[in-house]
Amino acid sequence: MFGTWRRGSTPLPTYRHLIKLHKAGKVSFKHVVTFNMDEYCGLPRDHPESYHSFMWENLFKHIDIVPENVHILDGNAPDLEKECAEYEKKIEAVGGIELFLAGIGPDGHIAFNEPGSSLTSRTRIKTLAYDTILANARFFGDDIDKVPHMALTVGVGTVMDAREVVLLVTGAHKSYALHKAIEDGINHMWTCSCLQNHPRALIVCDEDATLELKVKTVKYFKGLMKVMVERECGGDLDDTTVIAPSSQSKTAATS
Amino acid sequence: MILRVINGLLLQHGEFVREDLWVQDGKVVNPRDLFFATKAQADVVVDAQGNMIAPGFIDVQLNGCFGVDFSSSHSNDIEDGIAKVRRALLKQGVTGFCPTIITSSPERYHDILPKMKKADGGDAGAAVLGVHLEGPFINPDKKGAHPKHLIQPLEAGMASIETTYGPDLSNVAIVTLAPELEHAPRVIQDLRKRGIVVSLGHTHATLEQAERGMLMGASSITHLFNAMTAFHHRDPGIIGLLPYGGEGRYRFFYGLIVDGLHTHDASMRLAYANHPEGCVLITDATQAMGLPPGEHHLGDMAVVLDHNHRLTLKGTDTLAGSAVSMDVCVRRFSTFAGAARAVEAASLRPAQLLNIEERKGHLHYGADADFVILSHDLHVLCTYIGGKLQWAASATFPPTRTTSK
Repeated sequence: MFGTWRRGSTPLPTYRHLIKLHKAGKVSFKHVVTFNMDEYCGLPRDHPESYHSFMWENLFKHIDIVPENVHILDGNAPDLEKECAEYEKKIEAVGGIELFLAGIGPDGHIAFNEPGSSLTSRTRIKTLAYDTILANARFFGDDIDKVPHMALTVGVGTVMDAREVVLLVTGAHKSYALHKAIEDGINHMWTCSCLQNHPRALIVCDEDATLELKVKTVKYFKGLMKVMVERECGGDLDDTTVIAPSSQSKTAATS
Repeated sequence: MILRVINGLLLQHGEFVREDLWVQDGKVVNPRDLFFATKAQADVVVDAQGNMIAPGFIDVQLNGCFGVDFSSSHSNDIEDGIAKVRRALLKQGVTGFCPTIITSSPERYHDILPKMKKADGGDAGAAVLGVHLEGPFINPDKKGAHPKHLIQPLEAGMASIETTYGPDLSNVAIVTLAPELEHAPRVIQDLRKRGIVVSLGHTHATLEQAERGMLMGASSITHLFNAMTAFHHRDPGIIGLLPYGGEGRYRFFYGLIVDGLHTHDASMRLAYANHPEGCVLITDATQAMGLPPGEHHLGDMAVVLDHNHRLTLKGTDTLAGSAVSMDVCVRRFSTFAGAARAVEAASLRPAQLLNIEERKGHLHYGADADFVILSHDLHVLCTYIGGKLQWAASATFPPTRTTSK
């Protein structure tokens, strides 16, 4: 079981890497079950900006995943509350999420859990924050009226239930969110900070994303990584393999 | 049954793109719908091995080939002749064609036309998309190779049409006629109403007469430049329509024989530069097409076919008709227009000319899965009709596996 995140540019290198591994015959998705974190409400499934489209174009059509194993919230379901409740049940039915692979927004949202979301929330209907609508307008011809204002999303609690969470944070514009995620206290205005309470959470970031962190914090985590790499990987870890081995071993391990 | 063609460069919406082609029940389908809506996976996977996947070619003007001549056939051999041609065309990438009858006697039309039925493509070979009747209502001054004594005026309008061809025109797709004939405008209108495409050709028409023909509903020019008044700067004739083709005043197509013999490459460029969306590649091939190079007897004519598809009367330099195949035309045209445009001129454009572009001539979702896999130098490697392999150049290509579920 493998939770993947909402649209944005952050996941693309990861997807491309997974596709490369698949084409090289190293990874099969035949036994992987996926749950996507969110989907817009009222957007046709075939709309180029739907998450169905995004996942199809950027991952699913390139790999050997079985259609029955793919789960994406249906933002056009007649009963949206029922759709959300059933999504939680489906996750439960397959034994829970093994790995949640997520990105964050500049405001620290994880999935569509905008600032102010309850940290114990479950899958539900969510009104999008004005900032998010503005940010997404670029995908809808810069017309705010065309951006859906509601979405279905897994809750912070749903994310926290996963046995492992990997958070990808890239770029200077996410650096303040990263600061809030790890250097401040747990706060429902920065929902990504919930991961401080997760027993197995890994944040993968680039140098730009650390710009708002204290030098001491960055040095602490770099030292931590060095120790981990020496212990687990024999000291041989370059930039490109930081992401791949964890996702690869997880996807291969799930069934 | 769901077929998936992987590792190909697929011609879709005018471009070759790295996409898989998905076919369900003989039609091209949107794989995303299969995935999310029906949760279906491919039953058969074909590996195109990096080659190009293009819609099957359509030839709207084919007089015959492989020793078969439609116009000189009789009711007892026309069906065999068509059957032979349908299979033989597959190796040239042709998945649909219009058997063409040149100017003939009324008796001949009555004899063979009822037996030249439209037929879907499939195990029997390429689709028969309807007969192209080229003549006899043409200008005797521009008869080309047509027998002069059988050319007729349109003196009684539609009555002349029905007396000559017979009352049942359901097997007919295209009629080529000269728009300057008396009653021609009215006949064009009537044929159009009956769903028959009218193409202007073998004509001495002035530009005004040709325009009137187009306004009445004609939508094509038959083998452009051949058997029509040459372009003159003060009296451009029918060729003067070309610059108006893209302007929406009339939507029309024109057939081009790009064998390098019947149309000079410069003329081909001139036409294409003026009206690229109207360009339809035709072979206008005769029964010599597909025969091995050397000496042949066609009817009572002795002819020589050389290695460059040049067919001449024996002992002379006189061209005795075209002997070029559609794949050769596409290759020649691609050197100038590029592969995508060349393939479109042999698939999408003829389908539009025939008003069947809803299901033929392209590989958009919903279209008939008539397609070819082409090498990068545009040689036909294999031909599919309705998603079923009907011809392959090699026994080992394309690698095809049935998926286990």
